[in-house]
Amino acid sequence: MEKKKITIALAGNPNVGKTTLFNAITGARQHVGNWPGVTVEKKTGKRTYKDTEIEVVDLPGTYSLTAYSIDEVVARDYVVEEKPDVVVQIVDATNLERNLYLTTQLMELGSRVVIALNMWDLAESRGDEIDTRKMEDFLEIPVVKTVANRAEGIDALLEEVVREADKGEHHEHEVSYGDDIEKKIIELEKIVGKDSALSGKYPVRWLSVKLLDGDENILEKIEGSSVATQVNSVLSTIKKEDYEAAMAEKRYETINTVLPQVCVKCIKGVTFSDMIDRAVTNKYLGIPIFLAMMWAAFEVTFTVATPLMEFVDMFFGWLAGVVAGSITNPVLGSLLGDGIVAGVGAVMIFLPNILLLFLMISLLEDSGYMARAAFVMDKLMYKIGLNGRSFIPLLMGFGCNVPAIMATRTIEDEKDRLVTILVNPFISCGARLPVYLMLAGAFFGRQAGSVIFGIYILGIIVAILSAKLIRGTVLKGKPSPFIMELPPYRLPTLKASAIHMWEKGSIYLKKAGTIILAGVVFVWLLSAIPAPGVDAAFASEEILGTEDSLIGVLGHIIEPLVAPLGFDWKVAVALVFGFIAKEIVIGSMGVLYGTGEDEDALAEILTAGAMNPLTALGLMVFTLLYVPCIACVGVVKKETGSWKWTLFMVAYGTTLAWIAAFLIYRIGTAIGWGL
Amino acid sequence: MPHVLPLTMMPEGKEGKVVSINAGQGLKRRLVEMGFCEGSLITVHRSERGALVVVVNGTKYAMGKGMATKIMVSDC
Repeated sequence: MEKKKITIALAGNPNVGKTTLFNAITGARQHVGNWPGVTVEKKTGKRTYKDTEIEVVDLPGTYSLTAYSIDEVVARDYVVEEKPDVVVQIVDATNLERNLYLTTQLMELGSRVVIALNMWDLAESRGDEIDTRKMEDFLEIPVVKTVANRAEGIDALLEEVVREADKGEHHEHEVSYGDDIEKKIIELEKIVGKDSALSGKYPVRWLSVKLLDGDENILEKIEGSSVATQVNSVLSTIKKEDYEAAMAEKRYETINTVLPQVCVKCIKGVTFSDMIDRAVTNKYLGIPIFLAMMWAAFEVTFTVATPLMEFVDMFFGWLAGVVAGSITNPVLGSLLGDGIVAGVGAVMIFLPNILLLFLMISLLEDSGYMARAAFVMDKLMYKIGLNGRSFIPLLMGFGCNVPAIMATRTIEDEKDRLVTILVNPFISCGARLPVYLMLAGAFFGRQAGSVIFGIYILGIIVAILSAKLIRGTVLKGKPSPFIMELPPYRLPTLKASAIHMWEKGSIYLKKAGTIILAGVVFVWLLSAIPAPGVDAAFASEEILGTEDSLIGVLGHIIEPLVAPLGFDWKVAVALVFGFIAKEIVIGSMGVLYGTGEDEDALAEILTAGAMNPLTALGLMVFTLLYVPCIACVGVVKKETGSWKWTLFMVAYGTTLAWIAAFLIYRIGTAIGWGL
Repeated sequence: MPHVLPLTMMPEGKEGKVVSINAGQGLKRRLVEMGFCEGSLITVHRSERGALVVVVNGTKYAMGKGMATKIMVSDC
């Protein structure tokens, strides 16, 4: 029998467990992409329930369906234009009033809605008794109780969704706005109804309501239509601000007549969450607690990751051996062994680190603490021209800047977001650490730890100063006013956090599998093609990665650019390769100095005269600041949607790196330090 | 006789009612959607470090003082 196919959309306020419910419904069958034209993440998934195949679309979390943010426009356009068979609204049972506001808006849109009354167990334990039967009667919408993090009520929900989709009829729920406003609505309905292009696409009453609501997005749609002048003449007779607020309040009035009947008692008072908040947002304790949490997160990450990293390292070592032993063709063997396995392996070794860091961050996020962290950090972040929400992406940058930059999506204000993206690469990611480890270890002996710490601090300082600079010049203005919800604390479940970790971490894996793979093959090719005039075979032993290959030619071309910093052509080449992934800097220096993977041998050659402590320090600082890796540049382009800003970031960072390394080398030489 | 005062001036722990929001269209609508409408009961949990923690209709929010000065409340 042919399966029925229906499409449902999940809507809801932020922090109501929407993503958890989405995961509970679709399991592993999901796809993450972007909504067309905007950088809002679009998640879709599939689920077969009985004989119905259900396509589930996760809409962005929104408080309403006005046109305040991209998220809201995306959610609304989807519901209006794609007309999903059913819209499931996830309602936080502990916070009915605010959640039902979105319900009234979905109702006005004429969509078929099913309410998933989520976290009702929490509401019940708080003493709220919610009468779902009454709720259904008043709203004329089916209500199903769910507990998403324990996957309870999912089948009942799907049952209701399928039944609702079968009905086929169209509900027309209305909020009544009172005589004065209703009169204007009717007046507008008559006008808008004349334009068949508009009335064919959108519900006419909804359009009229939104026009009175001062919805800019709808006003734009009207501007281009045949009825623009008529609509404007009606709108010019009213005072917009008054209407807007009056209409929002009417919606709340509707809710408030329903609410007392549905929720018998909603207990107020000091809750467990309030008690925790008293400590973690305290004036004196807030920041120490925050620092302690972060320290613990990093500590767990690095302690647990170390043995795992060794394991990954062993695996790739073994793989390289197998490749070398089983492939007789020297060209192919070199490509696979020296190029792909060594290159991708160098990146994969950080995977445990990055996944664990993301797991920690996901746990903190899911517990509700991250919202408090943003609050605690807000004042500090405000001073440097960012807002509290910028902090998490900056923190994630210590793992990998790519998912960190993607995490800036939670920042609503475009300017705040742009500044956070632009300074993020200065936060030293995990990939840069091996470069510091090797150079500091070779040149600074027992001071190595302090030097590396200093480099990290330098990155933070540069990020802060750059944010201030950018805020004061090209992106003038103050950070947007800060308001964010502090959701009640919840015990995170390992499963949910693991899924969130995977969502962020898989980006890194994808990068290793695509860009870096392509990059290392390219590097290998450059080092395998003989330089013009050199008489040797392709990929032959004697030219591989030496001056006689194309790489050598390239190195000598850029050498004059970095010579003032005390770098020779080999360092120049290594830095060019660092663009593919920063950790490659060390690997390619190994190849160029002919020491291969043996870092001790490389350290010996470098300290024996190839470099000195000043150039080593300069190289570390240069690696910190110059153009971020190709994956990072790619994600900046994608998230800013602008080549202009991407190139600005690249040019700014590289210039800064050059100046810093130059100063270190010149001033250091002048005062005779470290020689 | 209840006083009307900006939210920033409300003492911690005291409950009040939202009287008006003196903000531009976008921000005002945003706040109303989050539950800050005229007549809503509001409690200031904390007021320090340039920010407030408030509870409106059972939902807790952290907000900057800049935004809070625009919300007028009466201490009933």
